[in-house]
Order: sequence, then C-alpha cells, then structure tokens
Amino acid sequence: MISLQNVSKIYPGGVGAIERLSLEIEAGETLVLLGASGCGKTTTLKLINRLVEPTSGTVLIEGRDVTSLDPVVLRRQIGYVFQGIGLFPHWTVAENVAAIPKLLGWSDARIQDRVDTLLNDVGLPPDAYRARRPAELSGGQQQRVGVARALAAETRILLMDEPFGAVDPITRDGLQEQIKQIQKQLDLTIILVTHDVSEALLLADRLAIMDSGRILQVGSAHELSTQPADPQVASLLAMPRRQSKRLQSIIGAGATARDRSDDD
Amino acid sequence: MGEAFQAQWAHFPNYFAHHVLLTVGALAIGILFSLPLAALALRRPALAPPLLGLSSIIQTIPGLALLALMVPLLGRIGVVPALVALVLYSMLPILRNAVTGANEVDPNVLEAARGIGMTDQQILVRVQLPLALPVLVAGIRTAAVWTVGMATLSTPVGATSLGNFIFSGLQTQNTVAVLMGCFGAAVLAIALDGLIRLGEWAAARRSARLAWTSIGLLAISIGLACLPILAAGFGDSNRPRATVGAKTFTEQYILAELIATKLRQAGFDVTLREGLGSTVAFNALSNGDLDVYVDYSGTIWANYMKRTDPANSEIVLETSQEWLANEAGIQLLGPLGFENAYAIAMKSQAARLKGISDLSDLAEQAPQLALGGDYEFFARPEWREVEAAYGLKFREQRSFDSALMYGAVADGHVDAISAFSSDGRIAAYDLVVLDDPLQAFPPYDAVILLSDLAAQNPRFVEALRPLLGAIGDSQMREANRRVDLDGASVHSAAAELASEIASRARPSDPPPNFGAR
Repeated sequence: MISLQNVSKIYPGGVGAIERLSLEIEAGETLVLLGASGCGKTTTLKLINRLVEPTSGTVLIEGRDVTSLDPVVLRRQIGYVFQGIGLFPHWTVAENVAAIPKLLGWSDARIQDRVDTLLNDVGLPPDAYRARRPAELSGGQQQRVGVARALAAETRILLMDEPFGAVDPITRDGLQEQIKQIQKQLDLTIILVTHDVSEALLLADRLAIMDSGRILQVGSAHELSTQPADPQVASLLAMPRRQSKRLQSIIGAGATARDRSDDD
Repeated sequence: MGEAFQAQWAHFPNYFAHHVLLTVGALAIGILFSLPLAALALRRPALAPPLLGLSSIIQTIPGLALLALMVPLLGRIGVVPALVALVLYSMLPILRNAVTGANEVDPNVLEAARGIGMTDQQILVRVQLPLALPVLVAGIRTAAVWTVGMATLSTPVGATSLGNFIFSGLQTQNTVAVLMGCFGAAVLAIALDGLIRLGEWAAARRSARLAWTSIGLLAISIGLACLPILAAGFGDSNRPRATVGAKTFTEQYILAELIATKLRQAGFDVTLREGLGSTVAFNALSNGDLDVYVDYSGTIWANYMKRTDPANSEIVLETSQEWLANEAGIQLLGPLGFENAYAIAMKSQAARLKGISDLSDLAEQAPQLALGGDYEFFARPEWREVEAAYGLKFREQRSFDSALMYGAVADGHVDAISAFSSDGRIAAYDLVVLDDPLQAFPPYDAVILLSDLAAQNPRFVEALRPLLGAIGDSQMREANRRVDLDGASVHSAAAELASEIASRARPSDPPPNFGAR
C-alpha cells in the first residue's frame, strides 16, 4: 500500500538524515518505526505526507508517486498525529475535529455527524466535549481530539509521531488500547514512530528497527526476537524482558524483607 | 478667562473633527499597509529584519521633521503630507506586533496546520492571524496613541488639527489655547485607547460580540466627532473657497485673521492654514494650495530671488513683483503699509553702557557677546549678508522660539537678538534696535501675496484691496503688543485693526498702491 524505494534525505547538519531506505507497508497493518532519537524515523514518516521531500528515491501510495500529487491534497487524505498535538487553541473541540472536512468543503450536516461519531470513537461524549476549548482539556483528552481530527476526513492512513510522548503513563496505557481498537474498527493503516520499546511491541503488527538513517530489520515482534539480524536488534528486543525481570526482583525482594521482619 | 475660553472653544469642534479624521485615516491606511507587509515578512523571514529596521528608522526621525520632509517630497501642503507622515509613523508598532504575534504562535499548532493540509494562505488567515490578533491589536493601540500625539504636529504643514491650538497658543502666549489643544489630544488618545482596548479584550477572549461592540462604538464616536466637517461640507458647498496662510508668529496670525474676515465678508468660505514655515507657505502659494498670505519684501528678495545687493524699498518691491509673477506664479497685490524688518536688538541699558548704537559698534564687541536668533534666522541669507558686511563674530549663537527670544535678551541670557521691528515686545522689554548704516538688511515691507487663481478673481482682489497701505508701523506694533503682552486674542486684535481701517477709509480715497510706507 505504501512503499518507500531507495529513499535518501540529506540534511546539512546530518541529524535525522536517511540513506537509501526501502520499506513496504501493507494495508491495514500497524507498522512501528522504532529507534533512538535522531535515527531518522520521524523523517521517514514525514516523507509519506510530503512534510519532508526526499533528496532521492521514490515514495508510492497505492502505486502513485507522491511527488505527482498536490501536497495539500495528499495531507488531507492522510491522518497526522504527533507528540506536540497542536490543537488550534482558538477553536472548539468540534471545530478542531471539523478542520479537514471544512477544508474539503463538506456540508455542515455531514461535518456535524462526522464530528459526533469521531468524538464517540475516541471516548469523548460529544454533548460534553463538543463546545469546549482545548485549554479546558487534559493532555490525554487533547490527544484524543488530535486523533479524531486526524481521522475526520475518513482517512485510511494514519501517521503517528510519538503520539503518546506527552501524556502520563496511565493515560498512555488507555490511549494505546483505544488506538488498537480504532485501528481494528476502521481498518486503518498506521505508521507509528516511537523510541519506547514496550509501546512498539504492544502496538505493532510489524516493527522496523532503525539506526543512523538505515533500517536494521523489519518483522513481527516474534520474528525479531527469535531471529534477530543484528546484535543491536536482539539487545533492543530483549530490553522489556530485562526490565520486567529487574522489576520483578525489586518487588519480590521487598516482599521477602517484610516477611522476614514479621517473623522476628 | 471666560471670554478667552469661549473664543478658543468656538474652534474646538472643527479642530477636533479634523484631528480625529487625520488620526483615524492614518491608522486605517497604516493597518492596510502594515498587514500585507507583515504577511510578506512572515512568508519570507529574511525580509523581516530590513522591513522592521526601516520602519524603526522612520520612527527615529523626529515627528516634526518627518512631517516637514513630506512637504518638499510631495510638493504640497495640507492633509496629504500630514497623512503620509502619520501613516509611516503608525506602521512600526502595527508591523512589529503583527510579526511578533504571528511568530509567537506555538510551532506545534503550525505543524499541525501544515500536517492536516492547510495551504500557506489558510495557515496565515485561519491560524496565525487569529492567534496573533491580541498582540496585533495591542500594536494598533500603541500606534493610535502615538498618532494622536504626532497629529498635533501637522499644523505647520498646513493640516488642521488640535495642533492649531498649541502652535498659535505658544506663539501668542495664549495658555488657554495651548491647554485646550493638549486637553483635546489627551481626551482623544484616552478614548481611542479605551475603545481599542475593548477590541483587544475581544480578541483575547475570542468574543465576537465584544469585538462588534468595540467596532460599533468606535464607528459611532468617529462619526459624531466628524459631524462638524460633514456639516461644513454640506452647508457651504456652493460658496467659493479661499485658503489663507500664516507663518509662525503673532503678526502673521493677526493678519491672516484680518484677511480671512475680509474674505468672509465678501462671501468666501475661508480655511485658515496657520503656523506654516516660510518656505512651506511660499511653495504652497506658488502651487495653489494657498490663495493668500502676507510675506515681506526682504524675505522674497534675499531668500527666493537670492539677491544680496542692497536696494531701497521701491526697487525691491518692483523687482520682486515682476520676479514673483514670472518665476513663481504669485501675484504681489501690494504693501500693507508697515515694515517688519529683521533687525538686531539689545537691552537699551546694556547698549548705552557698552556704547553700542549700530551694528558696526556691535561688531567690535561681538567676540565677548552672545546672539540669540529665531529658528530660521541663522540659516537665512540676510544673516549671512549682515554677518559678512560687518564682520560679526559672536562668542556664542543660540536659537530660540521667537516667542521666547525677547525674554531671553531681557533676562540677560543673550546680549543681542534678531528682533522683528514691528514686534510690540521691543518697547515693552525696553529694547533698542541697532542701526544698520551699511543697509545690509534689505527692506521688509509687508506685502499681500496672491496665488495666480486668486489674483484672477476680482471679488477676491477687491475684498483685500482696502487693506493696502492701511496698516502703519505703530498700528501693527500695537496689535502685536496687545496679543503678546496684554493677552488679547488674535481675533480681537484683528477685529480692532479692521475697525480702525474701516473708520479711516474714505470712499473718495482710492486705495494707495506701491511706496506707501
């Protein structure tokens, strides 16, 4: 469905650049680009909706070269959610969600209908939230509106750049679950960028592990942990397991200590 | 006080209306120009520093100088140069705040706007502009207050404003007039500030109702303030118009008022343009912005004809009449009958003590003495002529406002000043005018100058002919003295002169022509 072929992007400073990168994303899958800061994962994402133009190589969506499409039209067809959320503070929740349909010239009734559906989908009852301003919402609620805004034009592709980076861990957990549901419900193709390995494993159908502007390996979590192509991939995938062992031992050790003191 | 107040208050609606129109007009045009420039600066960030820098430079030019510069640049006086200067002046705060406000918009919001597929234009209009609006409106507020203040300075370039009160009040020592001008400007500034602040709140709270209230109140207030202009415009539309000019000193205000009275009696709808610089008035007459003002033959001879040779009164008058008609499109109607010469004056006691009775004596002691002059004096060719003729070299030369010069020599701040011979303060301050044995100063007969168009209008010419040769040296000095020292209004001094002229004029006497001194 989306295909990056030999794409390079060169920046004067070198940070975030990518080099001869190729990647295929299937319709309806969630592909996570996982890597450290500055590895080029955000650049890769932005190549898809032409927020970044490649230095060389080709990006195809459903077989069409994105450079042949008007970037403005292209972006209205692709949902975009990012860490900064970027709700329009001078508009209500409903106006924010309606942003792209308005740009596309939908009728008011159709827009209203769509806004209510989406607010329900993201768990914000329309009657309570439609008229609120972004400043009156929590970080998690704001990002829900951000997701609703991104999906408003009945888009099938959703680009997510560290979408939960700015929300607290408990809210993040709920949002991740909700995104999985929405993805299934709407049969979305999601490309999600993160540096959080647990998040990547929880959300991804397939992962693309990136480092220094290159993809080290692409595959499901199972494939990557059983057949890592690279020691770096192996170490990255083992990280959650290592952490959970350490956590287990800390919690376990505390319990033993207390038991012992009770004995005295 | 009551009468003085009434006399000034009569002008208030008209001056205030013009001031409002000038200020609001300049602001509106300023906003209209600033916003596209701000948009350009945002679209091309490289252009922002030069644009803001240029408007900062315009701001650093003193207001009066910027206004005065517009006259030669645009080749005319009146509302247009004043408006252009005020527009330029108002643009910096608007431009700067628009750019700052737009740049302060959260970059995340801009990335989102781009990410969901807004065009650059849509980002500017739907996101940046509304979010920058509170800051932008604050800039407009600043510009409004500045413009109200600066508009008082548009009087010298011939635009009516509350500055008319201030300039004429300062020149004629009329405190009531000065205070009325300041009060009017303060009220206007506070009112505009308040109304625009309401708009700022509306922008900050994104309340459309508050915004419309602010705009509505603003429109109603402006409309009400400008009623006098509209009324005047409709009322007198079919009367012939006449514009009378005056330079920046008492005598000129009195004579302009006198001429205006005569023209009104003849059925003209008269506009006064007071407080004009010498060259401004002359050029305005030449290109028809003015119809009439009083100048002095020596000024024409030395400043405009660039003559340096000594000549007597008749020759100066005749040659300058011919020159004006041929070179400047100005008709010299004739002399009023008195002379207002540039002269050097000292305190009588000091002159006696030092044994100085003429300019040659002065030249000998000049290196120990300080000379005061009005703003124009040291730059005028007459002074350079006199300076060279007598070899005058003073210890110090200081420029004063002509209203303050006489006090300065009387109090001993300077030893001698460039006095005007018809000034009532010469006698009042016990000053003595030094003789000019070399006749280095040209004769300065006061003459009525008409634009070509006015001179072709018999009704206009006949209205003013009774003034020719009708005002003697002592009469003019007395009229000046009454205003400058007794605190009489310009209006009453002019009325008194008019009645004196009327009582002396006999129908059988044809009005005198040249040579009447």
